[in-house]
Amino acid sequence: MNKIWLIIQREYLTRVRKKSFLVISLLAPLLLAATTIGIAKFSSSSEADVVAVHDESGLNMAARLQDTDEVHFVPAAPGSLAAAQAAFEKAKPKQEALLDIPASFTLDKPQGIQVMGKGNVALKRQLNIRKAVTKAVSELKMARSGIKQETIDDLQAKIELSAINLDEVGGQRNDAGTTTGMAYVLSILVYMFIFIYGVQVMRGVSEEKSNRIMEVMISSVKPFQLMMGKILGIAGVVLTQFALWLVLSWGITTVVAPLLLNSDKPTTTTTTTTAATSTSPATAAQPATTATASPAADPTSPDALAEAPKPGQTFSIWSMLGGLPIGRIIGGFLFFFLGGYLLYSSLFAAIGSAVDDQTDAQQFMFPVTIPLILSYIVSINVIINGDPNGPLAFWLSMIPLTSPIAMVMRLPFGVPVWQLALSGTLLVLGFIGTTWVAARIYRVGILMYGKKVTYKELSKWMFYKG
Amino acid sequence: MQKTTAAPILEVRDVRKHYAAHTALDGVSLAVPEQSIFGLLGPNGAGKTSLIRIITQITGADSGEVLFRGEKLNSSHIGQIGYLPEERGLYKKMKVGEQLLYLAQLRDLSRADAVQRIKKWLDRLELKPWAEKNVEDLSKGMQQKVQFIATVLHEPKLIILDEPFSGFDPINANLIKDEILALRDQGATIIFSTHRMESVEELCDSIALINKSRKVLDGPVTAIKNQFKTNTYEVEGQGRLMLMHPDFEVVEQKERENDHFYARVQLHAGATPNDLLRFLIGQVQVHAFRERIPSINEIFIRRVGETMPGSLVENVNA
Repeated sequence: MNKIWLIIQREYLTRVRKKSFLVISLLAPLLLAATTIGIAKFSSSSEADVVAVHDESGLNMAARLQDTDEVHFVPAAPGSLAAAQAAFEKAKPKQEALLDIPASFTLDKPQGIQVMGKGNVALKRQLNIRKAVTKAVSELKMARSGIKQETIDDLQAKIELSAINLDEVGGQRNDAGTTTGMAYVLSILVYMFIFIYGVQVMRGVSEEKSNRIMEVMISSVKPFQLMMGKILGIAGVVLTQFALWLVLSWGITTVVAPLLLNSDKPTTTTTTTTAATSTSPATAAQPATTATASPAADPTSPDALAEAPKPGQTFSIWSMLGGLPIGRIIGGFLFFFLGGYLLYSSLFAAIGSAVDDQTDAQQFMFPVTIPLILSYIVSINVIINGDPNGPLAFWLSMIPLTSPIAMVMRLPFGVPVWQLALSGTLLVLGFIGTTWVAARIYRVGILMYGKKVTYKELSKWMFYKG
Repeated sequence: MQKTTAAPILEVRDVRKHYAAHTALDGVSLAVPEQSIFGLLGPNGAGKTSLIRIITQITGADSGEVLFRGEKLNSSHIGQIGYLPEERGLYKKMKVGEQLLYLAQLRDLSRADAVQRIKKWLDRLELKPWAEKNVEDLSKGMQQKVQFIATVLHEPKLIILDEPFSGFDPINANLIKDEILALRDQGATIIFSTHRMESVEELCDSIALINKSRKVLDGPVTAIKNQFKTNTYEVEGQGRLMLMHPDFEVVEQKERENDHFYARVQLHAGATPNDLLRFLIGQVQVHAFRERIPSINEIFIRRVGETMPGSLVENVNA
């Protein structure tokens, strides 16, 4: 036991003392903060697209088009289309698009409308404009049929939907945006770290092998100790990295970011973006979009107004997480991450032991990485875009090869305790199984040089006697 | 210096080891006397490395047993054994001092003791200025010295050296050779596996020869040499040597300048060297007369050649 501890220490210290570790630990949160602040600044300054409307239809469409959060309509320069175009191109402040409603446009034949822009007009912009035009035309048609404006306004239904999670104490509001963002962030962290550090384990093993230090080592310690020492030492590196990122991100988002954003009077939308992304370096874009769509970002919702931080007020992601089962998420995340890491990294260690150099490793990495990649892709479709508690989600979160990612993704949505327990037990059994298999391949592989290894060969090694 | 009568530090009894396709060791038994240098010889693929790996507990034997000072070999002996494998290396990105400390601690040496001995050894092998350097910054020879230190740092009772001189220049090879002899004199036992027969001749007190998974020969070097003597004498002299005698047989004869000659003469049963000398004195002027003792190299080739295709047997007399 003492020796395995020495090995863990060495593996941990040599990695943590590397400059690259320090750089990544410090740089990742900074980059993340810079990106989020950049996005926040950018999106707050260009809140609504300015669209010039050149209306020759005689229907006074320009006045009828209603501004939204995304689009702001202004009349184009009077005169011909060419004149409007010239004015549009020189317009200050900059206009994003020029909407041309030709003279041939009528309510019965609403065709011939064009949107012009400098370069391509973004699809989202096109959709926003079409929505506004459609609304204006249908209102005009209704007015033509004799319906009064008040009646039309009255007919517009505005639906608010609040989802309540009854599992939580007092029936907390279920914030779909935060929940989904959290699911993304957690699962991609698990995926990324298993991948990156699993490959590090593999590289470490094959380095020991090609360095030819292996024989010296295993005359002092058992191969199993050497393998587990490396795996656990690197696990320590991962946890250290997590902790550093968490602390630094927290520091940056709660102290630095508000200071930088305050001058800009951040809107609720942009602050949500900052907060939701601050835990994840890799998924900055994904949670941002989901979080924007969340009810919390809708200032008209009374609940959201109560909870959402007001502009200028100090806020952070940490206050937004109130509605989630935080304790269970953190505990579950650590457990399933470590379980998944142990399961996969022992397989990576076996690969590293079996091959003579890195290039040979490719063929064996394939069957190990495929379940990892698939479980991430499938889980997103099944759990986040589908039903987090459906049968497929259930099975994905039970199979040890997929459960580290699938279960972590389900955590923010709330998972019954018995499923957590069952999945956890299966995962423990799973990694004991893979570790056993890996150790048997490992102890033969590390002393095998200059032999082209095949799958058949690997399966034979498992049954070699000590 | 030689103490072949001492109790064996290591006893190997009828050890067998089979791999999927072949047998690596087929009932090998041998005893290594305490405080001696023991040569483990054999051609490539004979099973030396398999045997060493069993002694160093890297693998286990299929059957048979290994006794360390009369005790069945177990993990508590790891700290008393030092092993320098033929395929050896170090962690390239680790500092020399740290690496030695790590390896010594894995061999059950306490941190404080290790630090002190590392200092002593680095000084002794002139590596002190390199203690804080990464291993990859060292020349190959220096790395080999570091490996040697790592092998002996925990003051093992039994040191196993597999081709210890490969990669050393003659000066450093001599340095290491002296260290090996010093370690023996301080009480350590050294098992020495090599192909370089001249170093066997120079260093080993006793040897074992393994061929095709079996031990074919073992014992003290002098006894083995006596056993392989062929009752052959080398003669150098001046004159015309005409040896036609039923008791003597000329194995080889070379004429040299100025009527000088060299000859190898084998005595038949019953004849003594004095008989030959008397006969020679009557014929020629004798400048040199000595018994021919076979070298370990010859013995090696002869024993291994017996079980090998004829070409090697020819080499014996070359």
